[in-house]
Amino acid sequence: MHPAFSVIFFTVASGAGFGLFSLLFITDVFKLGGGFSREQLVIGGIVAMALIVFGLLSSTFHLANPKNAWRAVSRFRTSWLSREGVFAIVFMPLALVYLASIWFEAPAWLRDTVGFMTAVLAWVTVFSTGMIYACLKTIRQWNTPLVPANYLALGYASGSLLLLAGAVLAGLQTLPFIAMAALIVSIAAVLKAIYYFWIRSPGLTPTMNTATGLTRAKLKLLDTGHTHGTFLTQEFGFQLAREKASLLKVVVFGLGFAVPGLMLVWVFNEQGGQGAAIVAALAGIAGAAVERWLFFAEARHVVNLYHGAQRC
Amino acid sequence: MRLGLVIDLDVCVGCHACAIACKEWNASGTIGPLSDYQPYGAEPSGVWFNRIRHFEMDEYPNNKTINFPMSCMHCEDADCVTVCPTGASYKRAEDGIVLIDQNKCMGCNYCSWACPYGARELDRSSGTMKKCTLCIDRIYDEKLPVEERQPSCVLTCPAHARMFGDFDDPDSAVSRVVRERGGYPLMPELNYNPTNTYLPPRRKPVIEIETKPKGGLKESIKQFANRLVRR
Ligand code: SF4
Ligand code: SF4
Repeated sequence: MHPAFSVIFFTVASGAGFGLFSLLFITDVFKLGGGFSREQLVIGGIVAMALIVFGLLSSTFHLANPKNAWRAVSRFRTSWLSREGVFAIVFMPLALVYLASIWFEAPAWLRDTVGFMTAVLAWVTVFSTGMIYACLKTIRQWNTPLVPANYLALGYASGSLLLLAGAVLAGLQTLPFIAMAALIVSIAAVLKAIYYFWIRSPGLTPTMNTATGLTRAKLKLLDTGHTHGTFLTQEFGFQLAREKASLLKVVVFGLGFAVPGLMLVWVFNEQGGQGAAIVAALAGIAGAAVERWLFFAEARHVVNLYHGAQRC
Repeated sequence: MRLGLVIDLDVCVGCHACAIACKEWNASGTIGPLSDYQPYGAEPSGVWFNRIRHFEMDEYPNNKTINFPMSCMHCEDADCVTVCPTGASYKRAEDGIVLIDQNKCMGCNYCSWACPYGARELDRSSGTMKKCTLCIDRIYDEKLPVEERQPSCVLTCPAHARMFGDFDDPDSAVSRVVRERGGYPLMPELNYNPTNTYLPPRRKPVIEIETKPKGGLKESIKQFANRLVRR
């Protein structure tokens, strides 16, 4: 599949934003590390919402006809893309109410209820983003529950690293934030590793023979029948060399998981904590972006079987 | 009603006439125009509803070229419709034709990802998704003579490799030929239940190829002389 940068930016930024927001709620409830001040919580919330809004805006650059984008919420009952849109839209006012209840020091029950609902909606939205890909039967590399799991894990990993950076900057006690980030980043790394092992042989796939129904002998493509590229070759014809994919997987693990892990140790040992925490967050997000690019580049749509691929 | 096409792979000669006729009709039809990019330039490309690919089955001397036309299959369980977030893609209950409302589509490409058959193509100039309509504006046009109320591709095909009809009616010509010739759907393992059906190429007797008998001494000398004397 052709990796579109607007979509990569969108899923990485809004994933991190939703992750950060729900973790912020947990921090607030349990007063982790001594608890953020009122202002700090609101600033954190605004940063998270900015990430989400920029992400959503960037996703509209990917539309060929954005003037109809408002219709995208009309098929909630069947389309995961619609569901994601609806959840993201419902999230916004709830998140604002939550931040307002922090700012105006609303009663705890109100603040916690709204916060909980917002955190759950953030979770559901990222899950829906993952399901947009996982529900496609045409792309074996995406059609697995590992995909929404990965989207959630990476979104929360980026969010937890951002939260740690915030805690260090705010001068809180860092231990709980380090523990939380370490846990979530390791879960994300394990899930990603499982996914990478799995896509090496994603089970039975359609072949050129089943795609054409000509199963009685070996088949090869003589001619695609078009003069130059088509929409289909541009959208689905993307090819990635195996060595390059392996190299990028090393980058994903190095940048996305190993560097943040090392930096967590650094922050724990308190040697220039702020710089290390910021490096951890930036590396984690950069790693997630590379992961997302690879997620698209490695996916093989079955239409390639009509363009010469023997299997997908 | 469940309208669709039967394509006879034994008969199709791969002339691309159906694709041209389709483009011609639909570019001025309900969904058109169908954009061309750089039609006279170095990289000509554009929107087509119908594409014909060419395959070779088996190896010499049993090989056979198979011309393979494909357009929208008007699937019974069409994921292209369920994934569409705007409601632009829909399937008509009365005849099973899958259409795209050009006024609702936002060009997100999601439906094209969901279609296994490559039947949907984005028109870059209108920003909307386009696909085969089964010539809905022909087949229901009462001003046309009855025999012309068929999709353009079917009317044009010089080899008569295409048939159009109602698959729900067991006595229709399409249902009958599918029964008799063992018609099959493409990629049934994905469970889209495509309406369009393909008739397999028939098995032909294998042509015996005689190996040339080895010539005697006279023949060898003649060949040797021929090689010496450049003609
Ligand atoms: S062939 Fe593709 S576009 Fe046509 S109905 Fe089936 S899934 Fe949809
Ligand atoms: S490209 Fe248009 S028809 Fe296809 S899913 Fe998006 S809005 Fe629906």
